[in-house]
Amino acid sequence: MYSFDYHQATSLADAVQKLSQDEEASLLAGGQTLIPTLKQRLAMPTMLVDISRIDDLDFIRLDADTLIIGAGTCHATVAASQTCLDHIPALADLASHIGDPAVRHRGTLGGSIANNDPSSDYPAAALALGATIVTTTRELAADEFFTGLFETALEPGEIVSELRFPKPSRAVYLKFPNPASRYAMVGVFIAQSSNGPRVAVTGASQEGVFRWTELETKLAQDWSTNALSGLSLKGDAMLSDLHGDGDYRAHLVTVMAKRALEALA
Amino acid sequence: MPKITMIVNGQERSADIEARTLLSSFLREDLGLTGTHVGCDTSQCGACIVHIDGQAVKSCATLALQNEGREITTIEGLAKPDGTLHPMQTAFHENHGLQCGFCTPGMIMTATDMIKRYQASGAPLDEKAVRAELEGNLCRCTGYQNIVKAILDASTQMSA
Repeated sequence: MYSFDYHQATSLADAVQKLSQDEEASLLAGGQTLIPTLKQRLAMPTMLVDISRIDDLDFIRLDADTLIIGAGTCHATVAASQTCLDHIPALADLASHIGDPAVRHRGTLGGSIANNDPSSDYPAAALALGATIVTTTRELAADEFFTGLFETALEPGEIVSELRFPKPSRAVYLKFPNPASRYAMVGVFIAQSSNGPRVAVTGASQEGVFRWTELETKLAQDWSTNALSGLSLKGDAMLSDLHGDGDYRAHLVTVMAKRALEALA
Repeated sequence: MPKITMIVNGQERSADIEARTLLSSFLREDLGLTGTHVGCDTSQCGACIVHIDGQAVKSCATLALQNEGREITTIEGLAKPDGTLHPMQTAFHENHGLQCGFCTPGMIMTATDMIKRYQASGAPLDEKAVRAELEGNLCRCTGYQNIVKAILDASTQMSA
């Protein structure tokens, strides 16, 4: 690792102030992606502003029909939360399959969505459930938040504080993990609510997480695996690597979508 | 250099360290607790797992400074002061749960955390669950068979 300074933030306001003083400073939450990245010398921040010990970022509560989760809540907490299991079990299930147990004890919801890794799981949940992402300056719809591979609408110095997930009438997340890394080769999150069906796909596209709107339209007419007939995605828009080429991933999306619909039936 | 203080295996330990010091480096190089192994440098192998405030965490994926004031348990802290092994250590011994032994400290720290969590939730810990829970611990001697056996054996001892 390159050398850096370290500041343990006592509040979000404190963290925002530190970030504003140093353009090259970086936020540190659970560190399960950032620390390995620093070890590989793939980033060189001058300072790490640690927000992992700000208590009021770590909570899960229900407000009417909305599940609100603090950005600093770790995956293990979401996975084991009775509130989450009662109201959006698909989200608890998703959290229980991120990384491995030690990673889940440290990795956070806010860190995952702010990093927007094209193979990470939470962005699919945020997009399919139509979550609202609350930051230190504003509220953003998930549709506006995820803007591309490792890209989000976050401005420099803006920090995610919580996510608000409207409770769906039903939802499921299915992923096909890479057999070695266990990251999603393809993950499909399907949710139904009074606003209609939403389908989000992670792991597959060169643009990162995306909504499969063609499938949503067909599901609105016929909520069954029949909705998939005649639908396909273009392989040249998908990620292509030694684990699977674009055509393979495009096909895998339809397979996982079918399995997800079957799981919901 | 910033100063760090934490409780390691029940004792308060302090040192002046660089901000970039990983918890694994602090334990091994500053405190001389070399039972915590560093196997991969990419945070994938799990040999460095310790307990931080009772939870299994990769000590190579957290800075020492992030853990100011926290309680750390390493493999050296599991046996009783008189040398009596922890039931998990005994189970690894009796079931031949290791070959070269490099992954063993991480395996044992993961396994004790696993059993504690399953006992607290009341969920059954069967072979399938143990194998899934070992996702973050790599053994390159192909020794998983006896590791799983040892953990299942210890889970019955630890609940007794």
